Amino acid sequence: MAIPIVTAQELVEPAEPRAGVLGAVASGLLSNRKALGGLAILGVFALVAIFAPLLAPYDPHSLAFDQLLGPSAQHLLGTTGNGQDIFSQLIWSTRESLLLAIVAGALATLASVLIGVTAAYLGGLWDHVLNLFTDVFLVIPTLPLMLVIAAYVQSHGVWTLIAVITITGWSYGARQLRSQALSLRNRDFLEAARVRGERTSYTIVFEVLPNMTSLIVAIFLGAALYAVLAAAGLQFLGLGDNNDLSWGTMLFWAEHNGALLAGAPLWVLAPGICIALLGGAFALINYAFDEVSNPALRAAKRAKA
Amino acid sequence: MATERAGLPNAVTSEPIIEAAGLTRHFRIGGPLSRRFLHAVDDVDLVVRRNEIVALVGESGSGKSTVARLLARVYKPTRGEIVYHGRPLSAMTSRRDRLGYAGRVPMVFQDPYGSLSPVYRVSHGVIRALKLHRPELSSSEREQEAERILKSVGLQPPREFLNKYPHQLSGGQRQRIGFAQALACRPELILADEPVSMLDVSVRIGVLNLMADLRRTEGISFLYITHDIAGARYVADRIIVMYAGRIAESGPVEDVLANPKHPYTQLLLSAVPDPRAPISLPATSEVAEPPRVIDPGEGCRFRYRCPYAIERCSNETPLLRPLRPAHDAACHVAT
Amino acid sequence: MIATKPILEIRDLVVEYRSEREPVRAVDRVSLDLAAGEFLGIVGESGCGKSTLLFAIARLLAPPAEIASGSIRFRGDDMVTMGDEDLRHIRWQNYSVVMQSAMNALNPVMTIGAQLSDAILAHRRMPQRDVRARSEEVMRLVGIDPVHLKSFPHQLSGGMRQRSMIAMALVFTPELVIMDEPTSALDVVAQRSLMLQIKELQRKIGFAAIFVTHDMSLVSHFSDRLAVMYAGQVMEVGPTQTVFAQPRHPYSSGLLSSFPSIKGERLPLQGIPGTPPELAHPPSGCRFHPRCPKVMPHCKTTEPRFHEREGVQVRCHLFDEGSPRNLGEASDFVGMNADGD
Repeated sequence: MAIPIVTAQELVEPAEPRAGVLGAVASGLLSNRKALGGLAILGVFALVAIFAPLLAPYDPHSLAFDQLLGPSAQHLLGTTGNGQDIFSQLIWSTRESLLLAIVAGALATLASVLIGVTAAYLGGLWDHVLNLFTDVFLVIPTLPLMLVIAAYVQSHGVWTLIAVITITGWSYGARQLRSQALSLRNRDFLEAARVRGERTSYTIVFEVLPNMTSLIVAIFLGAALYAVLAAAGLQFLGLGDNNDLSWGTMLFWAEHNGALLAGAPLWVLAPGICIALLGGAFALINYAFDEVSNPALRAAKRAKA
Repeated sequence: MATERAGLPNAVTSEPIIEAAGLTRHFRIGGPLSRRFLHAVDDVDLVVRRNEIVALVGESGSGKSTVARLLARVYKPTRGEIVYHGRPLSAMTSRRDRLGYAGRVPMVFQDPYGSLSPVYRVSHGVIRALKLHRPELSSSEREQEAERILKSVGLQPPREFLNKYPHQLSGGQRQRIGFAQALACRPELILADEPVSMLDVSVRIGVLNLMADLRRTEGISFLYITHDIAGARYVADRIIVMYAGRIAESGPVEDVLANPKHPYTQLLLSAVPDPRAPISLPATSEVAEPPRVIDPGEGCRFRYRCPYAIERCSNETPLLRPLRPAHDAACHVAT
Repeated sequence: MIATKPILEIRDLVVEYRSEREPVRAVDRVSLDLAAGEFLGIVGESGCGKSTLLFAIARLLAPPAEIASGSIRFRGDDMVTMGDEDLRHIRWQNYSVVMQSAMNALNPVMTIGAQLSDAILAHRRMPQRDVRARSEEVMRLVGIDPVHLKSFPHQLSGGMRQRSMIAMALVFTPELVIMDEPTSALDVVAQRSLMLQIKELQRKIGFAAIFVTHDMSLVSHFSDRLAVMYAGQVMEVGPTQTVFAQPRHPYSSGLLSSFPSIKGERLPLQGIPGTPPELAHPPSGCRFHPRCPKVMPHCKTTEPRFHEREGVQVRCHLFDEGSPRNLGEASDFVGMNADGD
């Protein structure tokens, strides 16, 4: 008896052809207004950062101008208390602020993934130990911890900030990742990988993690948002390198010079709005991501329509 | 197929691939300091030979899935030993040994919707299996072999199927991919854990036929784990009936079905609905208690539901003894 | 065909799922009748619409599913157009529902007694004493010791949980009980036990029952009439014994031959090649034509009508007047007929 053939015509054709999970998410995001808004903002900032030398009218450090000028045609946002052009500073600051957000966010996410997924997969005693570790960091209040670390460490610079943000920002994501990894652990395809002889390390990296990309991206977006605000906060308090060009340090100097009282509100408002916009961009993309990857949220939207 | 059955050697002559003796697996329940144990599998002796399909039948809680996982080395036995072509598994600890065994005795899983990773194309599992177990193949040889395997599980044209994602296939097609992954390793014995229970009725027969054909054309043995006796009869040569972690009865499938010796087997058979049989006699009033597998103690575990239980059944655990040629049952009362 | 007026008349019922694109028809113009005290089995595979039909009858559909057209007359009143107030009055008192998985339907943190009491008080005012008495009565009716009113669902076996669900459904001795695969989570022995119990209760109380399942062999012993659904439509409906003795629709015939038997000769079976279609894009003409061994060119273009043969309604072109193929011959599905050989 011949083995009955299952022909390709019987393939279940999906209603919307899609090239896998990532493709679906990408196309979903691109059709979502929130995501488009967030991506647009990010895109603008990225371009500004890249083309800063072309876009900034003056050298941001140049002290050549009169101090505390109001906005005008030559100085779109006025000048600082030291005679620097605010607009140029703003543009150049985009680089460091964006860098901080993305790098610190990524490192924090990496740490979350390593600790969360390992805890879930190793189980047993290791799980308990790593959990305890995570819980401790989760419970410590972040702001005081950040201040203590930043004040204690001698060198102040971008990397110190990134380190502090990573140390205080990884624990929240680790919890979530561990939960999801635990629930995945019993799925048959992971057992199938194990039974066919895959090494545990391979399984974690190539079988478990790809099924967690949704959550990992969401955690990254959250971590980046946290990084934007934390970096700004630390720099504002003077715990970054005050000679660096970034929105947070601009705020520091504005405060230092009593900008609001001196009648130069734009010196405070401009970097403040940029920080809010960048943070908001990450938040928008995060919301949109949630909607795209969680069908329940989508259905609710349609029912209202 | 009836004729094929008749031609097979009647038991002991064919070489055993895998033998389990006194296989036992307990799980501690209630935390690391608890003294309570769940007796998932107790004292199971099992043999699967070349070119045979053995059905391991039982309800949920009978231990059949745990036996499969013990054989697949997902769990280590609490007691007892599994021997593969004469070598005990406990001696096979090197990576090479483990990989070799995993290739020879792979597993097919129950859930067609969970057994394939949703983020990769369907070719992923098959190619990985080929990479791990047949490293001598080049990349293009692997692709060709993958296509050949898909053909042999009845998926045509193979290239089109290999490029699909799991959500684009039906349940039956996904199960066939599961078999393809197992076949990639050039197995001797496939552990099939309820491969058709989650499929539509009309699709099940196709997969059962596939198993029978793979046995016939490629000489692969199967340990077919199921709760469906009718399906077991359709495809298997021998049947092993489990209850509450122990073997109740085992023997050639036709003989066990025609002459069930253990009261549990009798109960099972009377409960199976058969559309073609006339409306059957009412079952004896059933208390329908789930089997007690937590610290069960001595005695037959079926005694609470058994209409023939005697005092001995409460005190002494019955052991398997031969009641007909090649047909054993673990019951004090059966003759 | 039904002598007395049926208590349930479904006419051209259409249930659709709203989606981003066109709405998907899960139930496509289904018409069925149910007489008082009759046991109707609805059989079909996944995606055939049987559960959706059941939920529609029970008026339990939630968005995005909705009844698009058609009528469901229960005791003469159309339930589709009935207001919520009127529905509340007849719900549970005149008809009730038993869900598929008791573990999902029962509240895990409430005792069985509390849940029964809830069910009773939700529909009728009764002094606590009477509630208690009725609860005990109905538990005994389904064969459970009333002491279990104090138990939580996880303390009972699967079979007992399902019986509690049935007890809940019978608390007002309704005329119609709708059951959605109540036995599928149970093992074979518990399944049989439950089915016998249901049949016994039906005999005693006299309710009509609609029993939805994918297991044709299970329902064969217990139902008076049988409806076979495929891809949202009824393909064959008639007295159970007649449908089993000689399934006329190629799908029913194929379905029946997909069940291996434990008695009689062992023959190779074929099942039905292919898979049930996606309801978003059903095949043209007869929905079964891509998988039908007796397909004719006609079948791909035109939807078949119902024909009647010996009390059975069949939706198939094979029975059109002047059809080139004869009916009732040995099916192209190699399998067994009712005589077991």
